[in-house]
Parts: sequence; C-alpha cells; structure tokens
Amino acid sequence: MADAALDQSLDRRAATVAARRHFLTRFVIYGLLVIFAAIYLVPLLVVVLNSFRDQQEIARNGLISLPRSFRLDAWGQAWSTYCIGGTCEGMQRNFYNSLKMTIPATIISTAVGAMNGYILSKWRFRGSEALFTCMLLGVFIPGQISLMPWAFILGNLGLSNSVYGLVLIHVIQGISFTTLFCRNYYVSIPDDLIKAARIDGAGFWRIFRKIILPLSSPILIVTVIWQFTGIWNEYLFGVVFTSGQQQPITAALVALTASGTNVRAYDVMSAAVLIGALPPLLIYLFGGKYFVRGLTQGAIK
Amino acid sequence: MSNHDLILSVPAPARPWRERLGSAMPLLVLGPSLVASFVYVFVFTGWTLYISLSNSSLLPTYGFVGLDNYASLWANRRWNIAYNNLFLFSGFYIVGSMAVGLLLAILIDQRVRGEAAWRTIFLYPLAVSFIVTGTVWSWLYNPVDGIQALVRGFGWTSFSFALASDRHYAIYAVIITGVWQASGFAMALFLAGLRSVDQDLIKAAQIDGASTFRIYRKVLLPTIAPIFLAVAVIQIQFAIKTFDLVAALTKGGPGISTTFPAIYVYDLMFQRGQIGEGAAAAIMMLAALAVVLVPYSFWVVWRRRKEAGHG
Repeated sequence: MADAALDQSLDRRAATVAARRHFLTRFVIYGLLVIFAAIYLVPLLVVVLNSFRDQQEIARNGLISLPRSFRLDAWGQAWSTYCIGGTCEGMQRNFYNSLKMTIPATIISTAVGAMNGYILSKWRFRGSEALFTCMLLGVFIPGQISLMPWAFILGNLGLSNSVYGLVLIHVIQGISFTTLFCRNYYVSIPDDLIKAARIDGAGFWRIFRKIILPLSSPILIVTVIWQFTGIWNEYLFGVVFTSGQQQPITAALVALTASGTNVRAYDVMSAAVLIGALPPLLIYLFGGKYFVRGLTQGAIK
Repeated sequence: MSNHDLILSVPAPARPWRERLGSAMPLLVLGPSLVASFVYVFVFTGWTLYISLSNSSLLPTYGFVGLDNYASLWANRRWNIAYNNLFLFSGFYIVGSMAVGLLLAILIDQRVRGEAAWRTIFLYPLAVSFIVTGTVWSWLYNPVDGIQALVRGFGWTSFSFALASDRHYAIYAVIITGVWQASGFAMALFLAGLRSVDQDLIKAAQIDGASTFRIYRKVLLPTIAPIFLAVAVIQIQFAIKTFDLVAALTKGGPGISTTFPAIYVYDLMFQRGQIGEGAAAAIMMLAALAVVLVPYSFWVVWRRRKEAGHG
C-alpha cells in the first residue's frame, strides 16, 4: 500500500519535471523565434515609420526611434516632386519604366518558356535533351559576360537607353529559367494523355490548348512570380544601359540615395525605397506559397 | 531511277501540307529560342573572351594581345582585394546563412504555432531587391543616424558601431547584410528537406528512446545532407555574382576596401574605359562559377544514375 503511494508520487513528480522541461523548451523555441523575427522586421519597420516621420525629427532622434510626428508629405515628394540629378519628378517615371519593362518581359518570357517546356517534354526529338542542357547553361552565365555584346547589339538596334532594350535582355535571359521551370513540370503530365489526343487527331496546338494549358496554372503562376520579382529587382542592366529618365526604379533608387545634399532626406528616401519594394512585396504576401515553390524548384533542379 | 523516285514521292501528295507543317511545328516554335540561347550562351561568351584577349580600351577593338589583360588584371592591387573579398564573403556568407537557416528551420519544425507567419517573416527579404536591402542597411550602419546613434541615445555614449565606414570592417557589414537576406532561403530549403524525411525513420528512432537532439543529429541531418550541398552551391553562385548589394551598401568603399569582382568589371568597362581588362575580369568570374558548378553537376548526374540503378 505504502509502496503504491510512493510510486504514485514519484510518477507525479516525474510528470511535473517533464511538464516543466516541456515548458522550458517551448519557451526557448518561441524566444529564439521572436528574437530572429525582430531582427528581420526591424529594418522594414524603420523604413515604414521613417516614411511618415518629419525630417527634422529624424535628424534629431536618429533613424531608429519611435515616431513623434505623422506626415504623408514624404510619399508625395518621393512620388512626384523630389529631385534626382537635376530633374524634379520624383520616382513616378522610374516606377512606370519598371512596369513597362517588367510586365512585357514577364509575359513574353513565360509564354515562350511554356511553349519550349511543352516541346522539350512532350515532342522530344533526337538531340532535344542535349539542346535543353545547352539552354540551361544560360541560367548560370553571369550578366557581366554579356554586357559588351549587349551594348553592341542594343546600339545597333537603336535600343540603347531604352526600356525596350531592357525588355529584350530580360526576355532572352529569362528563357532559360522559364523553359527549365515549365519543362520540369510538364514532364510529370502523363504521356498517355498526349498519345490518346493524337490518336483522336489533335495536333500540336490543339493538345497545348486543350490539355497542357488547363493543367498549367500552378507552374505559370510560379514562373510569372519568379520572373516578375527577378526583373523588377534587377539592377546591373538597368544602370548600365539606361540613364536618367529611362532608368528603372532600382537604378533610380541608387541615384537618389547617392545624390548627397547636405541634409539626408531620410523621410523621402524611405518612401522612395518602399515605392520600389512594394510591388514584389505585395506579390510575395499574396502569392507566398507559389513564391516559395518557385524558389525551391528553381534551386534544387 | 526516275521510276523509283516516282514511287517514293507518291505518298507525299497524300500527306496534306497541314500535317507536314504540323510535324515541323515543334522545331519551328523552338527554333528562335534555341538560336537566342545559343547566341546568348556561346556567342556572347566567346565574344567577351575575345575582347579579353584584345587591346580594347574605350571601345572594343580586335587587335590580339594574348594574355596581356589577364597579366595586368592579376597584377592589379584592386583586383586582388576584390577576389580576397570574394573568398572572405563567400565563406562567412555561406556558413552564416546556412547556420541561421538551419536553426530557423529546426525551430519551425518543432510544431510551433503560426508556422506560416514565421516563415513569411523570415523569407520576405528575398522578395525585395538587394538595392532596397543594401540602401536600408547602409542607413542602419550609418554612425550618425543608425544603430550607433540608437545605443548612444540609451546612455552608452562611448558605444561605437561604424562597420560600414571602417576600411577594415566594411566587408563584415556586407557579410551581415548578405546573411540577413539569404538565411530565409536556406531555411525554406532545409524545412522542405526535413519535411520530406520518411516519418517511419523518425518513429523508429523515437521508439528506441532517442532524444530530439539525437534524432536530428543522427537521422534527420544526415538524410538531408544533399540539401546542404545544394544550398552551398547556390549561395556561392550568388556570392560570385554579388554586385547590387555592394553597389547599394558601400559602393565598394570606403576607398576600395569592399570591391568585388563584379564591381571591378563594371568599373573598368564603364567608368575607366578599360574594356579589355574588364572583359578579362568577367571571364575570371565565369571561370570561378565553372569551378564550382561543373563538378557539382557531374556529382548530381552521378547520384541520379546511382539512385536510378538502385531503384
């Protein structure tokens, strides 16, 4: 009887020790997560808050401090009146340039990639695998290798210092990626489906329209998101091949923050940075699942 | 002979032109992409290679000078700083982002609440450009307005944190920012790997009474070992191509202390009009990539073959 009671109390003690240990590990896990989350969020928070603060207040209290003023002026200035290198039109033109560059380049490279992927997975011919491997090499070539050739080609086509020149570059450069994504996805569509359609007399385009395309939305979303964020965020080609009013927003941001007047207008620069970061951030927040999928797929394969 | 031809050509008219066009269609559609990729990969590379062997200065010219540009490149102090930086940066950047990424992945793998929210927080830097990240961090590093000012404001007036403006330490400012940006990526890949490990393996280890720590060390991490290599290879690629981050964060400075190969190429080609030597530097970047990627792709192919053989 006494033995049983002792056992019971030992059990209970073991249970409380286990519970305490469990609580402790949970505490450590969440503690670490919170610390890292803070490290990740503070820079974003700083920019967001500073875009609404008064510039004098920033100069007085530093960049990282709680806001004591609230103004929207910086956003308007950053968008339409702030001066970068002599012209005082803010970032709006560069924002539109980025849109004019990113949207066509994304659509064209994705469409071409889908067709290529369809052919390289469902209409294989002798040597098609070798050709696919050659196209893949394009993924790894650093942009610096192509700078001189592009300068020559864009010059001859009359596309230097033009957004359309950048569209051309991003389409050609993007084809390897989009082809890779789509091909690897289409490989998993059973060949029997295609064979059956061919026996029924469906041709190349009909099979694409009626069978492949309806199954494609996941990979097309992944590809569009990947291309859009990649092209929007690109800097090297933008800064090399365009200047001033033709620059995409990344190049303009560097020009803006480098244009050193005496007082650094952190409020306006914060708003400008956010204007430049907003489109890809929104895409990330709303299409996060696909964004991550593209990331892991693009990386592993 | 003509009779023979006739017989052979008889079925041709029976095959309508639409069908013949149809069978050529895949090649017709693929053709332009193939040509473009071929030009992009081989012609552009060959072109730049040739420029690197020529006496080009302000404009590309095609007088052959052999390896002169490479000789003057490797004799240049700034280039030596650039590739020393590349080694230093690559090492810390890869180890740092993989360590932080693995820690975050393991933390999130402990059945935490709000997993999606944590992941969103750690991955968002990947959506914004290096330009945005670099700009914002350059403000944080700024001794007058940033972190140093914050800590001094708390009363610790002798506190000094001026990484980015110190010649000797500016490279660490680049490393920290790079790790901040890239850890989420490592986390995503590690987490995907941890989730794909066979649950029976883990259960078997649990039944044997292994602790969580031991299960990770002995079962999970060895199983996802290939992912470590994949992450490292991708990060090295990023490191070799590093341009935007430095351009926005330190502009290669103070002085020339944070010059990277990509910055050097840009500078020589477009600021100093030394196209030949700039092209030589670009070719060295490609060579560095090849040193990493060629053995890796062979390894991947070899492993796939081996797995296919076992299956």
